[in-house]
Amino acid sequence: MTPIIETRKLERTFGAVVAAADINVRIEQGETLGIIGANGAGKTTFVNMITGHLPPSSGAILFDGADITGNAPRQITRKGISRSFQIAQIFPDMTVIENMLVAITIAEEARLSPMRAAVTRARVERAREALGQFGLADSQDRVAGTLPQGAKKLLDIAMAMASRPKVMLLDEPTSGVSTEEKLAMMQHLMGALRQSGTTIIFIEHDMDIIGAHASRILAFYEGRIIADGSTAQVLADPQVRTHVIGQHVDREAGHA
Amino acid sequence: MNPLAFSRDRLLIAGLAIVLLAALVAPNWMRFLLQVSMSAGLVALGVMLQMRLGLVSFGQGLYYCIGGYTAAMLAVFTGINDIVVLAVAGTAVAGAVAFIAGFLMRRYRGIFFAMLSLALSMILYGILVKARALGSTDGFNIHHLSLLGFSLQGEVKQLATYSLTIVCVLASVLASRRYLSSSVGTVAEAIRENELRVEYLGSSAQVLVHYTYVLAALISGLGGVLFALAIGHVDPLMVYWSTSGQFVFVALLSGTVSVVAPLIGMLLLETVRMYAMAISPNTWQIILGTVMLAVIIFIPKGLFSVIMPQNRGGKS
Repeated sequence: MTPIIETRKLERTFGAVVAAADINVRIEQGETLGIIGANGAGKTTFVNMITGHLPPSSGAILFDGADITGNAPRQITRKGISRSFQIAQIFPDMTVIENMLVAITIAEEARLSPMRAAVTRARVERAREALGQFGLADSQDRVAGTLPQGAKKLLDIAMAMASRPKVMLLDEPTSGVSTEEKLAMMQHLMGALRQSGTTIIFIEHDMDIIGAHASRILAFYEGRIIADGSTAQVLADPQVRTHVIGQHVDREAGHA
Repeated sequence: MNPLAFSRDRLLIAGLAIVLLAALVAPNWMRFLLQVSMSAGLVALGVMLQMRLGLVSFGQGLYYCIGGYTAAMLAVFTGINDIVVLAVAGTAVAGAVAFIAGFLMRRYRGIFFAMLSLALSMILYGILVKARALGSTDGFNIHHLSLLGFSLQGEVKQLATYSLTIVCVLASVLASRRYLSSSVGTVAEAIRENELRVEYLGSSAQVLVHYTYVLAALISGLGGVLFALAIGHVDPLMVYWSTSGQFVFVALLSGTVSVVAPLIGMLLLETVRMYAMAISPNTWQIILGTVMLAVIIFIPKGLFSVIMPQNRGGKS
């Protein structure tokens, strides 16, 4: 079976710094893939290369068997890969429903029209429904920039999901969200995403969240994948425990 | 996307249409004032459309001048002097130039866009002041105009060009309004807030900027033609930086909440200028400057924010 995403010998360098090297991954449709690694390990570089934010220095990226290496972000989105960002990317001065309407307008029109009205009754209904799925129905008339951090993240993801992508990449969906909000937010988020049958790839530092939601894990260390397998397998891997979980535990202990 | 603002906008457009039509029976000076203000107001409308994307064009006089000079050159050098043909030709040439320049302009934002637009306009200024065949700094006059084969003279000429102005202004206002509520207009406004998100939703910010840039040029080019027909003269001052600055100023003073705002703003500016010149011929700039300063201090979001406040969930 053709994997939904496949990377072959993917590499990205910044001058002498190797941010990602020899990344060979096959991701099957419907998987929930967690990506872990210390800061600077290459996780976001990997996501940025898949979504066209950064062109790889070498190697290839295949989506559903077709080469998408070097495609622009908007082309990749149109093909079926969406993403959210570590810092929520929303339209802060628009209301929540206006944010959603912009996303739906782009999703529904392959070529935007300078004559056709953007706001239709059907689109408003769809926007309300989408906001409801992500628990934002009560905030629809609120200016998006005034939402709490967790709600901004959910709006960012809800907008990215407007195109009904085959693959959704989440870059640290819980970063900046309070510990109390985190688990509930992820529960809500994963529920909404799984309902749509989307393949989910998410970067996360919180091992409890990774353990609860990922069916498979990729562990990065110094730009390379050091472990790839089932959640239990990777979390028990000695290298992962030394280079990823160990650092994470140490850091948390340091904060305490 | 604010439905309240849009319904008020409809009323303002209806009001504008009534005023413009009523002026058909008004004294000549009043009609002339309206004609000149509406023509220049179209350029301010072009600036305003770009401001809604967060782009400020300091060189919109480029398209105002291209429209005016195209009409004037056709009338004087080729004998094609039908006012409708001149309006179509001037608008089309401005649009064609903007389409080409747009491939460059759409790559820039902020101060770079502003300065590049200014630079392009000053290149044309430099060419025109050196062009002796076009009257150099003095420009040249348009003597003969016609409509459907009939030669236009005296008051008939003024009524014909004024009527054309009414049609063109209302068409431009309605087209702009339609554009702003369209898919392109709605998504283009989102660029001002977050271009990255627009790209990652699957749309090209550059293409949307290009669309708006060309539309603004078409409207500004039309404004240039109407201005040239109104006063029967074109000169390089149409593309000078101070003229472009005036369009930006009117767009800022008027605000971006209504497509009618820049037209009314330009009418107010011209009216204040006319009375200031009558009251104090040598120091009229002081009166004009004081009025502008008062508007900036007391109505910082523009004149139209007073009658069309934008409800933003408590956020001002």
